[in-house]
Amino acid sequence: MWDYSEKVKDHFFNPRNAVVLEDANGIGDVGSISCGDALRLMLKIDSTTETITAAGFQTFGCGSAIASSSALTEIVKGMSVEQALKVTNQDIADYLDGLPPEKMHCSVMGREALHAAIANYRGESWSDDHEEGELICKCFGVDSALIEETIRANGLTTVEEVTFYTKAGGGCSSCHEGIEEILARVLVEAPVMKAPAKEVQITPAPIAATVQPSSRVGKLTNLQRIRLIEETLEKLRPQLQMDRGDVELVDVSGKDVIVNLTGACTGCQMASMTLNGIQQRLIEALGEFVRVLPAQASSCNHVAGGQS
Amino acid sequence: MKPIYLDNNATTRVDDEVVHAMLPFFTEQYGNASSLHAFGNQVARSIKEARSQVQQLLGAEHESEIIFTSCGTESDSTAILSALRAMPERREIITTVVEHPAILTLCDHLEKSEGYTVHRLAVDSRGRLDMNEYRSKLSERTAVVSVMWANNETGTLFPVEQMAELADAAGAQFHTDAVQAVGKVPIDLKKTKIHMLSLSGHKLHAPKGIGVLYLRRGTRYRPLLRGGHQERGRRAGTENTASIIGLGKAAEQALHHMEYENFVVRQLRDRLEQGILAQVPNAFVTGDPDNRLPNTCNIAFEFIEGEGILLLLNKMGIAASSGSACTSGSLEPSHVMRAMGIPYTAAHGTVRFSLSRYTTAEEIERVIAAVPPIVAQLRKLSPYWGANGPKAEAFTPSYA
Repeated sequence: MWDYSEKVKDHFFNPRNAVVLEDANGIGDVGSISCGDALRLMLKIDSTTETITAAGFQTFGCGSAIASSSALTEIVKGMSVEQALKVTNQDIADYLDGLPPEKMHCSVMGREALHAAIANYRGESWSDDHEEGELICKCFGVDSALIEETIRANGLTTVEEVTFYTKAGGGCSSCHEGIEEILARVLVEAPVMKAPAKEVQITPAPIAATVQPSSRVGKLTNLQRIRLIEETLEKLRPQLQMDRGDVELVDVSGKDVIVNLTGACTGCQMASMTLNGIQQRLIEALGEFVRVLPAQASSCNHVAGGQS
Repeated sequence: MKPIYLDNNATTRVDDEVVHAMLPFFTEQYGNASSLHAFGNQVARSIKEARSQVQQLLGAEHESEIIFTSCGTESDSTAILSALRAMPERREIITTVVEHPAILTLCDHLEKSEGYTVHRLAVDSRGRLDMNEYRSKLSERTAVVSVMWANNETGTLFPVEQMAELADAAGAQFHTDAVQAVGKVPIDLKKTKIHMLSLSGHKLHAPKGIGVLYLRRGTRYRPLLRGGHQERGRRAGTENTASIIGLGKAAEQALHHMEYENFVVRQLRDRLEQGILAQVPNAFVTGDPDNRLPNTCNIAFEFIEGEGILLLLNKMGIAASSGSACTSGSLEPSHVMRAMGIPYTAAHGTVRFSLSRYTTAEEIERVIAAVPPIVAQLRKLSPYWGANGPKAEAFTPSYA
């Protein structure tokens, strides 16, 4: 099963504060049973000092969801409301000595519940925060605001990571394009957001760590940009040729880089993964989001037709 | 305390006699069955015997209908691809929505990359197929029908013999993934129209890494692996001798224990099921209660999540498995549970207990004692469960 840390196991087997706080004055409900996890966070907040004096939770979900809830209550107890609002999902994961990447959404749910509970205490409507957010993932009810926020807070760069952290895109996968668009939007502004000294922060994806995002964003001429794309593809070719495949640049149109996968790559089950890999490398090299698309997969169809 | 293993649909313990039968083939009997000398001859004879043992278990008419492969997945792929290549003018496949990924993923691939039409038969809330839907999809365009004999998650048995008759009449090949059924329910292939059948050794107390494709004599066939004369040129590659011998022995043992499996193991399973359901409210058995493997029991517990149950069971030394999303790394409950339309209150809380002939009555009693407190503990944590039962309406997320 999962490689849970000892801390996660401890908080699952011996959950802290797993009680219903009858006199709670801040309650946050997030998630739903159909999505597979739901959390009710109950806070007792001293209104004169604005301090969280007690916290309790009820959780429906897997081991790490229960452990994350338990950790969250331990973290926020004794904090001022202002301090509590600064708790990030990463803080929850760190408190538990880390969560498996696929389970990061449990920590995000914890943070959501915390914000919902504080909003409830303040008499605000938590849903207001999400009103502007367009519903992106219909399977798990995740909106664009949460996705954007999570991308920024955790330096996410791929759809897969967004799924691990928010569950968005983990169901029917029809919203992957929508998530890509959000990634594109956020990643473009990312170099601005991340102050000069903070380049390392981008690194959860192992590949991203090897190449620093270029500082040339926005300064490239079209010609320079295309040359850079060509250079990057050139560097990838030996790897593909080892698998008896190859790649060539067909066109660049705005954010879309159109390539031709040839040889063994054509129609290969791994083609879409290869495209993702190429996209990842181009994003790193260019320091901007681009989408790599296959040139009309006509060669593929010919092969299939020929066999019939 | 000795751990209790109730995950025999995932894999089984290798039978002691199987290990014993295999050992000489790692040491003295290391010859290549293809060689002319004595080393090879002995091994070839032993492989022939193993083939005959598998033939007995399957009730196959001819020994040569047994082809040894590396696993169930290889047998599945070989069968489907062979049928498609042998009948290139037929471009349709019929299967079910609850097949193992070894079939489903392959069919998805054939549909997307090679333009085949795939009909996936639906199941009802009890996991049963609709024969009228099947008949309506079957035509002269159907190359192959692939339907599992028994479902791995619920143990539901499909009427494959009847379905094979219909496929045969339509000129299509019929394949069954019988990985979960072989060794657990009696099979007599010579009395059926089944053209191909896959089995996997490690599900019936043989080692991992050995499988069989049964290929009815006279079935048009195209090999997947070419390059050698082994298995009469139908599956090239040096024989995995020790494992083949092991599978032969396991087949013999399975036949020997068939009655026990269908009588004693079934009783233990029923006792487990009734013992748990008698004590745990808001729980129910999934799958077809009337047509089910004798060893499998899949219980859905409402308002809790399967992974938590497994972790707590594991802590007490009890191994089971779950169709919940969280245990598999995907975010949705298993495709089988979704296909049956298990209510969302329970879809995340399904637990499969699968027994074997090694399971004892004492173990079953221990599990019956362990489960109710675990369920109660998790329900106490759940916001959907109050002091007197479910309270789903009380939980109101401000957005969803």
